[in-house]
Amino acid sequence: MPLRPSFSEEIAGLLHATHANPIKTCIQCGTCSGSCPVAKFMDYSPRKIIAMINADLKDRILNCNTYWYCASCYYCTVRCPRGIDIAELMYALKRYSIWKNQYKEGLVGPVFSETFVKTIIKSGRSYEPVLATSYLFTFGLQEMLMEAQTATNLMLKGRIPVLPPRIKRLENFKKVIQKIIPLGKPE
Amino acid sequence: MKKYAYFPGCSLEKMANSYHVSALETSKILGVELKELDDWNCCGATAYFHVDELLAHTLCARNLAIAEKEKLDLVAPCSGCYKNMYFASDHLKKDPDLAEHINNALQEDNLHFTGNIKVQHLIDVFVNDVGLNEIKSKVTQPLQNLRIAPYYGCQILRPKKDSEDVEQPRFFEDLIASIGATPVDFPLKLRCCGGALIITSRTTALSMVRNLLQNAINSGADVIATACPLCQVNLECYQKQVNQEFGTNLSIPIMYFTQLIGLAFGIPAKKLGVGTELVSAQPVLTYAEK
Repeated sequence: MPLRPSFSEEIAGLLHATHANPIKTCIQCGTCSGSCPVAKFMDYSPRKIIAMINADLKDRILNCNTYWYCASCYYCTVRCPRGIDIAELMYALKRYSIWKNQYKEGLVGPVFSETFVKTIIKSGRSYEPVLATSYLFTFGLQEMLMEAQTATNLMLKGRIPVLPPRIKRLENFKKVIQKIIPLGKPE
Repeated sequence: MKKYAYFPGCSLEKMANSYHVSALETSKILGVELKELDDWNCCGATAYFHVDELLAHTLCARNLAIAEKEKLDLVAPCSGCYKNMYFASDHLKKDPDLAEHINNALQEDNLHFTGNIKVQHLIDVFVNDVGLNEIKSKVTQPLQNLRIAPYYGCQILRPKKDSEDVEQPRFFEDLIASIGATPVDFPLKLRCCGGALIITSRTTALSMVRNLLQNAINSGADVIATACPLCQVNLECYQKQVNQEFGTNLSIPIMYFTQLIGLAFGIPAKKLGVGTELVSAQPVLTYAEK
């Protein structure tokens, strides 16, 4: 009698907020992969990743770039003839990989997402200059120079904030968050 | 005058300030009052949903509850904010346990979510609440012969919310026609701009941006119209990087639909934030100065 859920059951459980059909109902038609603008950059296409979940290939899934390359465009979701919310499935895989702290080496996505969350918890709003620190180190010299040039041009046009924005009722905001997740000691 | 709770979102504070000012200017003429939501917080973008879904919904619910307190429908100009807030509201309404859990936390800020307001995108307010005839009636400088590529992007339409046409929408084309301009047939109008991949998977996003720019230029467009700050930044601010990366020589202005409507209403370009772009919008202005 198995007490531990299988990998495919765990992923199915992570999809609680969608009202879509379970991934087990996939017929492998490939409409998702055909509609996906990023499929050619992914280690495994969306169709393959669904087959791999159903086959419980956990380690290979946790070490691929597929869901971190999903841009959340939801083309797959609106077109799936079985009504599976595939983009939401990609979100579920991202969360799973962050919880397990296991992801393919060299990916920027996980670090960026965590930095983003920390920024919001601190001030209530997003602030580009802090976010940049989470990904700039992954850039090569040429990319770094191009990025610096774009940032400088935007700054000259007044499009980069100098000071981080803050919401007014920040204390209450933090108390709300504290009721949902542990935040550690107050600063 | 219909009044809405206006949720500008983080991008409109600085990066997309031209969208913010042009939204306010054009709304004024259309008799729409956009009252900025008091003390709003970030909607969570996509990143928050990568880490914790419950907390992401809580962030959205706080904004919804503030709007409810004011008894106003919520309108967001950013497609990402709109999608997050729309579906947070939808999930909370369908899942009373989730709503109860989140309401328990919202008490700390004296707020409560009941789900009795609508969540709309700004373009929906313009097209459906105000109406194209009303927009047409305010045009003083029709943008005749200006060929505009209507770029819907993703999240205005997807995921599907109701019975709207997510494969062959027409409302952006109709909006463009209402200000006297010509909507061009833009085959990739529903294709993704890469979103946050511009940060996390740069080369991938640049190739997506390249496809879109090339497709719009091939369609004969003078300018691409957008309704989302992330689309605008990816398509405009990264044009130079696309050209460097692929050895191309693509150049096309990317403007918010509110800026184009504003020009047709005869609002001075500067008041619409024109001049803060990295790819000059000057060629477009000549159409409004007849």
